[in-house]
Amino acid sequence: MIFPMQRREVVAVAASTAALALLAGLPLADDGFWLALAITIASYVAMATAWALFSGPTNYISLATAAFFGSGAYVVSALAENAPWPLVLVAAAVVGALLALATGLATLRLSGMYFVIFSFGLAELIRQLVTYYQTQVTGSVGRYIFVTISAAEIYWQLLGLCAISLFAGWAIKRSRLGFALRVIGDDETVAAHSGIDTARAKVLLFGISGALIALVGAVMAPRFTYIEPQIAYSPMVSFQVVIMALLGGSKRLWGPLVGVIPFVLLHEWIAGRFPNHTHLLLGLVFLLVVYFVPQGVSGWLEKAWRRLRGTPT
Amino acid sequence: MSTAALLSISGLTKAFGGLLAVNQISFDVHQGEIVGLLGPNGSGKTTLLNVVSGALPPTQGKVRLRERELTGLPPHQIARAGISRSFQLVRVLPSLTALENVMVGAVFGPDAVWGAEAEAIARALLERVGLSGRERQRPEAMTYIDQKRIELARALAADPQVLLLDEWLAGLNPTELRTGIALIESLHAEGRTILMVEHVMDAIRSLCDRCVVMNAGTKLAEGTPEEVLSNHEVIAAYLGDENA
Repeated sequence: MIFPMQRREVVAVAASTAALALLAGLPLADDGFWLALAITIASYVAMATAWALFSGPTNYISLATAAFFGSGAYVVSALAENAPWPLVLVAAAVVGALLALATGLATLRLSGMYFVIFSFGLAELIRQLVTYYQTQVTGSVGRYIFVTISAAEIYWQLLGLCAISLFAGWAIKRSRLGFALRVIGDDETVAAHSGIDTARAKVLLFGISGALIALVGAVMAPRFTYIEPQIAYSPMVSFQVVIMALLGGSKRLWGPLVGVIPFVLLHEWIAGRFPNHTHLLLGLVFLLVVYFVPQGVSGWLEKAWRRLRGTPT
Repeated sequence: MSTAALLSISGLTKAFGGLLAVNQISFDVHQGEIVGLLGPNGSGKTTLLNVVSGALPPTQGKVRLRERELTGLPPHQIARAGISRSFQLVRVLPSLTALENVMVGAVFGPDAVWGAEAEAIARALLERVGLSGRERQRPEAMTYIDQKRIELARALAADPQVLLLDEWLAGLNPTELRTGIALIESLHAEGRTILMVEHVMDAIRSLCDRCVVMNAGTKLAEGTPEEVLSNHEVIAAYLGDENA
């Protein structure tokens, strides 16, 4: 059951700590192409895991990832020159959480398709608001980001965020909040009539998820050097995170992880070979995945593992 | 009964536009009683349960549990105050095991237990409803009556002061029905207070201390099962005037 820590979990924690330590050594071996690729992968692992914290158990597909990511990046552009880096990160997390709380309160009564559309609309709305503010108040749409930070430092911070996201997911799964979310994902009416404050549980988790994604946006911001709303709030970020998490399987904590890596590699390959048809081909890949691996890679792997050991599914 | 009411419903009204689904209903449920809520289809029984459990806000009137006013509170607060319910169409949680399904009631109910304690409560209740040894099964692999048992165990896991059952005995075959009636009888014996919407006459006669009969949203009669079932207005409501 859920309560005492199982041996499997101890092994998993030990293995992931070791893997993290090993991965942290990567910048010592290479600081060019492979480090850049690792940064992309790490940023998406952190975001897809944070996304699945909320969307996995509740089955609410959020397309608001870009809103949190972009706001995190904009916090950096506004504060980085005047405030120490850790404070900037705290500010980004707070902005992400507040944005998620406000959205959550507005969308409590929405479910299914309505939530998907609203969350997408929200990201677009914020992008338009930032554009409006910049043209009307500051007079220019773009902003430069001057932060002295090396690629290796960005990479380490992203690894830290991956670890925090995974740890948060693990801790929530063992908590009353995690249990409540599984009930909500199955049947919200039963949840409410059993004594679960469904609104509070959803908003709380959406806030945690939003704060983590905003932190990824903040850490990634110096990579852009120059940001404008079209870049920071790109809807592609939202879509890719959903695709990666679903490819990996959002029901398991390690699901998004195994979705991100093949997707980023595939993306790199397709973008290199067919630069003009990248999105078309990625869309095709997504259709195939949904059709043939509906449980995600993690569900498929678990099934194969069970078959290998001869235990019934 | 002379004791103060445990659950007190007074002047309760629920309107959907111009339709009065529940119209000025008042009655009390006392500690340890089983009260049957009867009436033809569409008479407003389920709507009444939905208002009491917080699924729908009332248009008018009051619901009180002992001294505490529950009128218009959201369902989770009513559940935590000590009112649990089952649903007309059985609602189990498909991705949770039988044990976890039942634990939900204990974990989020008034006592808010957690961990091994919640598990022990759930285990004992599964045994109580006749599902011991099936803790790790998923409800979708179970028969209809077993799903209903899980739902009942989940409601009981909250150790509620009042249990609302919405046609819990409907859809069972004669053997299952006897088991079901015996189960509710055993709850009665241990002093549980139950308000049940029911159509099965055998169950009403053998289980209910009192009945409230509704028709077209209003209260038609109240009394012991014998009294209300021989009442002319009640017979007319069920069978039409010429048979009364």
